[in-house]
Amino acid sequence: MTLRTRRGGWLLGLTLAIALATTACGGTDDNGGGATGEGAALSGKIAIDGSSTVAPISEAIAEEFKKEQPNVEATVGTSGTGGGFTKFCAGETDLQDASRAISDEEKQACAAKGIKYQEFRVGLDGLAVVTSAKNQFLDTLTFEQLARIFEDGGATTWNQVDPSFPNEKIAIFAPDTESGTYDFFNEKVLGDPDEGGKKPRNDYTASSDDNTLVQGIEGQANSWGYFGFAYYQNNKEGLKDIKIAEKGTTGIEPTAETIESGDYPLSRPLFIYVKEDSLSQPHVGQFVKFYLEQTPQLIADVGYVPAPQEDYTQGLAKLQPFLATS
Amino acid sequence: MTATTEAFAPSRLRRGATRGRARILVDVAFSALLFTGTIVGVVALATLIWTIFDNGWARLTADPAAFLTSYVSRLPARAGIKAALVGSAYLMVLTALFCFPIGVGAAIYLEEFAPRNRVTNFVEANIANLAGVPSVVYGLLGLGIFARFLRMGPSLLAGALTLAVMSLPVIIVAARESIRAVPDSIRQGAYALGATRWQTVRRQVLPAAMPGTLTGTILALSRAIGETAPLLVIGLPIVIFSLPDDLRDPVSALPLLIFEWTSRPQAAFAEAAAAASIVLLALLLAMNAVAIFLRNRYTIRW
Amino acid sequence: MSDISRRTARTGERVIIQTLFACAVLSVAVTVGIVAVLLVDTVEFFRESSLADFLTGTVWAPGQGAGEDGLYGVLPLINGTLMIGVGSLVVGLPLGVLTAIYLSEYANPRVRGVLKPTLEILAGIPTVIVGYFALQFITPTLLRPIFGEDRVFIFNAASGSIAVGLMILPIIASISEDAMRSVPVSLREAAYGLGSTKRQVSLRVVVPAALSGIAASVILAFSRAVGETMAVTIAAGNSPKMTLDFFTSIQTLTASIAQTVRGEVAAGTVRYNALFALGLTLFVLTLVMNLVSARIVRRFRQVYS
Repeated sequence: MTLRTRRGGWLLGLTLAIALATTACGGTDDNGGGATGEGAALSGKIAIDGSSTVAPISEAIAEEFKKEQPNVEATVGTSGTGGGFTKFCAGETDLQDASRAISDEEKQACAAKGIKYQEFRVGLDGLAVVTSAKNQFLDTLTFEQLARIFEDGGATTWNQVDPSFPNEKIAIFAPDTESGTYDFFNEKVLGDPDEGGKKPRNDYTASSDDNTLVQGIEGQANSWGYFGFAYYQNNKEGLKDIKIAEKGTTGIEPTAETIESGDYPLSRPLFIYVKEDSLSQPHVGQFVKFYLEQTPQLIADVGYVPAPQEDYTQGLAKLQPFLATS
Repeated sequence: MTATTEAFAPSRLRRGATRGRARILVDVAFSALLFTGTIVGVVALATLIWTIFDNGWARLTADPAAFLTSYVSRLPARAGIKAALVGSAYLMVLTALFCFPIGVGAAIYLEEFAPRNRVTNFVEANIANLAGVPSVVYGLLGLGIFARFLRMGPSLLAGALTLAVMSLPVIIVAARESIRAVPDSIRQGAYALGATRWQTVRRQVLPAAMPGTLTGTILALSRAIGETAPLLVIGLPIVIFSLPDDLRDPVSALPLLIFEWTSRPQAAFAEAAAAASIVLLALLLAMNAVAIFLRNRYTIRW
Repeated sequence: MSDISRRTARTGERVIIQTLFACAVLSVAVTVGIVAVLLVDTVEFFRESSLADFLTGTVWAPGQGAGEDGLYGVLPLINGTLMIGVGSLVVGLPLGVLTAIYLSEYANPRVRGVLKPTLEILAGIPTVIVGYFALQFITPTLLRPIFGEDRVFIFNAASGSIAVGLMILPIIASISEDAMRSVPVSLREAAYGLGSTKRQVSLRVVVPAALSGIAASVILAFSRAVGETMAVTIAAGNSPKMTLDFFTSIQTLTASIAQTVRGEVAAGTVRYNALFALGLTLFVLTLVMNLVSARIVRRFRQVYS
């Protein structure tokens, strides 16, 4: 009756499970890479994890590298810079994507596990300060004005920022407190709170997804917000960028050129960190070499800006000893 | 049921005309309310599906074969869901294999064999509690225990175990309700014929409870397949250019990919995400269709 | 469990029963695992942050100043979580019970055959998709036109509640319906025999008889709502505040955890460890809710011979 079919079903399920399990035990763990006999054909696995900001760059590099070295399997996760460093300093990943430099606690964690690493700068992420395209009065803001908008107890209406602005409520949209962009903006504009800097306000509309910030800002004429440059570039019709004046009153507009040249004051460097043990393996060493060589060409595809050329050259120089030993 | 009971519903035998009319009005109003209430869910679902199709259909149908068989790319036009789709499928099968037997086993024990003592109460309370633990916390469990402590890493195995553990309480609760719904007279009859408890369960109770249990299992698994948070925490990759050969290989998953693509600045990625959502929904529909088929074949109405 | 069952199981069966027992006890192992993982870093967190402030503080602002100076009052997050929990029940409970009554008492088999799978599909929609649906449809096309664009923030608790309500509707409907259908036909027929209409039978006989099942479904649904992560993160926003305004953005415990885990915060710091404290809080909250509701459900259970 039905019982037999059901039992048969369970038996089938059990067999399937056993089959899967045997493939698990049977497969060898091929994490060590080794150059094969012929030429430069490499194989091995590379585990990459960390910042979701830097992930698109690693993705682009992995994609192109795969075409040259099909037997090297690179995977990219997005656990966040913090979560990624936990894994990196536990030795679980080979390469860490990071949208900020490694912190002291993380350095200690790595040292405790005996993980030695190398840091490489791979690009720049400009921070665009924007308002809605419907906005009529905003053109340039100084650092002081930015601080007045975003500090705790700061301006609530635009005329408090500058008397020439209308008496309209400021609708603030910004990344949430766990975002690297948020940390960077506060550090640059509000200063280090331990050294007399101001605290950021917490009564604004926060989001972890920059796309929704775009939506919010587009919708209201009195809006103000900031996020990665790529999100501004992809939504230019509804947004208006604000020129930023770090000192004095001449504002610099965020463009690929001004970010790359360093004229635009709000841009943060993007990093990768690689374990020295992994670097000594040929497939990882070649991957990082490829990374530093190709990023300037590919990075525009993912919306960021190349770092100054010296960063890449210095990186390659740092890399050289590891390539020689593999 | 409608046929037999309508004949017995003597709504035409009224005591007073006004009372009767008022009552009929209320009846009709109630029926309308019921229908409306039921329809809301359906309408919401239809709207949701329509918005996704509106966003993603063009992208999906532009070149469906390429979309399904390509790996991801930084260029939205070239990006595909191959690794994520296969990953999700593998995860689903493996999760089901883990949590169905254990869940049903636990439910049978608690309903049929467990003595009414404090240990049982403790276990029951525990399971009820686990049903409400958020998926993120299961992710932390998966990361801490499966990925780290048991050295599985962000692999197919770790992901499936995490999802299985997450689905377990829901399956147990649903299975228990189905088992409880089997009338005691069935059990009594079996006992009277000399059956042991296990024989009764295996041959009478369990087959009768299976349809409801399957419903609960499908609900639980459907949710597991659409979960992003636990897999994100474990660290399953978004970018992967190969399919898993092994339980210990890393895998990607569709919800992870959808979540990632929706946060990319390029508008084309939002369309790709919608297209991937359509595929995920299709997968869900297939699962549900299987469940319905199984349930309809084995349903017993007391 | 009856008295006439053979108490002595056959030898093979004893092993089976023990295996089943192991399955049930596995759940305890899971709990132990969760508590262990959470406790370790929670302890770390409370080494540098005060427990009293955590439990009584009304501001959650980790970004305010470096680590030690962050404000870690959990009340705004509990506020947000409860708002979504209650809000989603307001949406899901009536709709779910109405649907269950309709499916169980009124619908013909063909309609049932279409509706039940539809509900199951609704339950299975991935939470990210529901979240984006709430953000891109519920808020702009439903809430804002009705309540005004100035009144309704782009992220708001109402939209999150509706989204989660839709997600828990199938749970309530499905389990309640099973409970209602298991009410013996004899009870209904007795009522009909006394002259009741279908409505009266449904509301006065079936629903009360199925109350324990309905209550169980509500508890499950509420737990689900409280534990929902992605949909609320996307739809309800990430602004922790003490408020009862459903049209503003809030943050739930789960959203805060998800945010930190995905974020750029350095692991091992107070800011990061805060998420484990939140996780433990959530766990304790669900535990308390479940213990309380188990008592209530036990009162409702009726036994039919």
